[in-house]
Amino acid sequence: MAAPIVREDEFETSMSFKKAVSVVSPLGLRIIAECPVTKARACDLTLPHCTVNTPVFMPVGTQGTMKGITVDQLDELGCQICLGNTYHLGMRPGPELIEKANGLHGFMNWKRNLLTDSGGFQMVSLVQLSEVTEEGVRFKSPYDGKEILLSPEQSISIQNSLGSDIMMQLDDVVSSTVTGPRVEEAMWRSIRWLDRCIAANKNPDRQNLFAIIQGGLNAELRKACLDEMTKRNVPGFAIGGLSGGEEKNDFWKMVTLSTDHLPQEKPRYLMGVGYAVDLVVCVALGCDMFDCVFPTRTARFGSALVPWGSLTITKKQFAKDLQPIDPECQCPTCRRHSRAYLHALFKSDTAAMHHITIHNLSYQLTLMRTVRQSIIDGCFPDFVRTFMKKMFPSPDQYPRWAVDALASVNLTLE
Amino acid sequence: MKLELARVVQGCRLGVLTGLGRAGQHSLEVPGCLLYTRCGSVPHLTQDTLHTLSNLPSVTQLTLSTLAEHQEVLEEFNEGVRKFAGLHDTVLYCSLHDPATLSPTGHITNKTVSVWGSGGRIELSVDKFMALQKAVQPDLYQSMADGETWPSNTSRKRVRKSVDRTLAHLDECLLLHHKTQELKGVEVLGVVEGGDVMEERVRSARETAKRPVGGFCLDGLQSAAMGQNLRTQLITAVIKELPEDKPRLLQGVGRPDQVLSCVEAGVDLFESFFPYQVTERGCALTFTFNITTDPETSGTGVQAAPTVLKLDEDKPEVNIVENDGPDHLPEDQSSMTPFEINLKDKRFRDDFGPLVEGCGCYCCKNHQRAYLHHLLVTNELLAGVLLMLHNTAHYCAFFSALRGAIASNRLEHLKERVLKGSGMVLVREGAGLTDGQ
Repeated sequence: MAAPIVREDEFETSMSFKKAVSVVSPLGLRIIAECPVTKARACDLTLPHCTVNTPVFMPVGTQGTMKGITVDQLDELGCQICLGNTYHLGMRPGPELIEKANGLHGFMNWKRNLLTDSGGFQMVSLVQLSEVTEEGVRFKSPYDGKEILLSPEQSISIQNSLGSDIMMQLDDVVSSTVTGPRVEEAMWRSIRWLDRCIAANKNPDRQNLFAIIQGGLNAELRKACLDEMTKRNVPGFAIGGLSGGEEKNDFWKMVTLSTDHLPQEKPRYLMGVGYAVDLVVCVALGCDMFDCVFPTRTARFGSALVPWGSLTITKKQFAKDLQPIDPECQCPTCRRHSRAYLHALFKSDTAAMHHITIHNLSYQLTLMRTVRQSIIDGCFPDFVRTFMKKMFPSPDQYPRWAVDALASVNLTLE
Repeated sequence: MKLELARVVQGCRLGVLTGLGRAGQHSLEVPGCLLYTRCGSVPHLTQDTLHTLSNLPSVTQLTLSTLAEHQEVLEEFNEGVRKFAGLHDTVLYCSLHDPATLSPTGHITNKTVSVWGSGGRIELSVDKFMALQKAVQPDLYQSMADGETWPSNTSRKRVRKSVDRTLAHLDECLLLHHKTQELKGVEVLGVVEGGDVMEERVRSARETAKRPVGGFCLDGLQSAAMGQNLRTQLITAVIKELPEDKPRLLQGVGRPDQVLSCVEAGVDLFESFFPYQVTERGCALTFTFNITTDPETSGTGVQAAPTVLKLDEDKPEVNIVENDGPDHLPEDQSSMTPFEINLKDKRFRDDFGPLVEGCGCYCCKNHQRAYLHHLLVTNELLAGVLLMLHNTAHYCAFFSALRGAIASNRLEHLKERVLKGSGMVLVREGAGLTDGQ
């Protein structure tokens, strides 16, 4: 079933063609400040629809909408870039329709930047009947049962129709808990697919294509992938294949290895990371961009994010609690509503979810703005220490991996 | 609270309800509608999205069915629902039931009525009902009532009982009301019952009008109970017993054609659960009510051609009538009306126009039908948000157009617009409703 693993030497042929498509990408990265202690950095990332201040958390609007929030509300929260999912949008309403609506920006009326994934992740995580071959990912449509092939060319073609500011290459996704030859196969295949994606991009002048570093939890494979992919002239890099249930100890080592070898002048996007502690630690490890469904998904279950963790508003203990979710939060929800009212509203109406979604997005975006400011002000390590103190009742509850990861970039918590 | 009538045309009362709110600083134009809420919140909307709409009704409707279960926290909070729900400056009217849902029958006793909250049935005695009003702190509220006369097999005896009970509840409510310091300055609306029995309707109205109430709720006339012909007759008879200077709020009726008929019968106020029901079935209100002379949008000569719909001057009560049965089966409130479009329909898949051309609501200014179609077929929460915004705006604009039409003697014109534009045909009394689609 598995295609033969193609080794590095086979890439020599694709090298020459790569030079031919060297177009100035519609992306600029200006490093504003670098933390003198850790690998953290604050940048201005210029994209076609606006400049994005990094480090940045990118909310996920899977089907061309941010889960009950209007685009104006999202804009008012200061969101400069959000995600759409190629798999979902490619299925419904389909690339042709979105193209007619002037791309995903026009379809959802979002004036700022959009990033689209390749569709490969959903293919593997959502669709049971999928088979990966050198050609692409073959699967059965859950809507009409038709067999569909998502090839690198097809993924890019859909993303070209969506018109996102940042497109992701189709990668061969293996669960981060898988080990053995399949991981290596997927890594080399992802490199070959990157070249096919680069060649397929019809709009290199207005759509940036990011490569995705694979290699599982194997440092050698990661390094090989980094070496190969950084030879390509892509405008940015993502660190993929993580956040899939692997040990956090393995996770951070792969992240820091990747940022060590990625070029300074290009943005680094750590895929699927969105817990506050993970965000702060991975900023310290040198990542610029993050995305995760967590803050919006957890909101719909009544969970509100706060600097000391989270509150499950639907719990009885909040029925008579007349404080806002977070007394220090300045979001529209906290300025107007109490925990008790949100608790009551949760029993009657979906607006309760929207209130918490707004709060959680505000929490994430505010956290990242604060992180950025601390980098600019040269006090990021102090920020991290304060952040951890608020998040955990006592230092002995700090997760070991976070302490180790921060120590690896010279940041001691005590 | 004072109703100042500017004019009465063809039975329609045009005016302003002034002195609303505890400080008397608010007013509401009639004919008009209230703002529908669940648990103090317009369904799907946060305060930020709601207030993208201008010209919202100045009176917000609260329902005990969504608030009764929160009595304890409201009592502890002790500052009323307005503050508890983080509402903007608005007048609060508190009704017993949620007009958008029919409560199960068979739970009413001589001394109690029941409401259904998220956790099930809550039985209310007059004492508990009044304790709730004290906790909710509305500006006006509906007195406790037995309105369970809408099922089709309701006996005359049961109807009589409902009138008697409702009057007894009113007397008890008023007694407690005047003893309660916290309810000083709050208005009570008396509830007129009587099912479909003319004598009972008249008796209920006459007796209620003798009590010191600020206005009247007409109950038991909802769409599920009867057809418009009968409803009009009953309302017309009831109105004769009610004082001119107090407002009349009709419960459970929201369809634009029925609203028009009921306004002609002398109703002043409506609840606005109708746009919510339209939203819940994935539809958008698109009926036309624009009667400004504009050849571009006036369609195929509705104004110009001598119309066959012209009504007989002698018979101003001519109405759109239907067979005498209920408009919908009780369980069938989800069925579409001719005033809306179903956005899940495939034909909207690639329709890049707004819901309604020229509509100034947030949804129409920012989004296209194709996007709404997509949100609905993918079950996205934003569909409810955007539809609720548009439907609320459209419904409020309809009432505004209605007042404009009465003021400028163009009511017939408006009726033609609303009914013909929705594919409905005006017919004489006795004939059936024709749905022209």
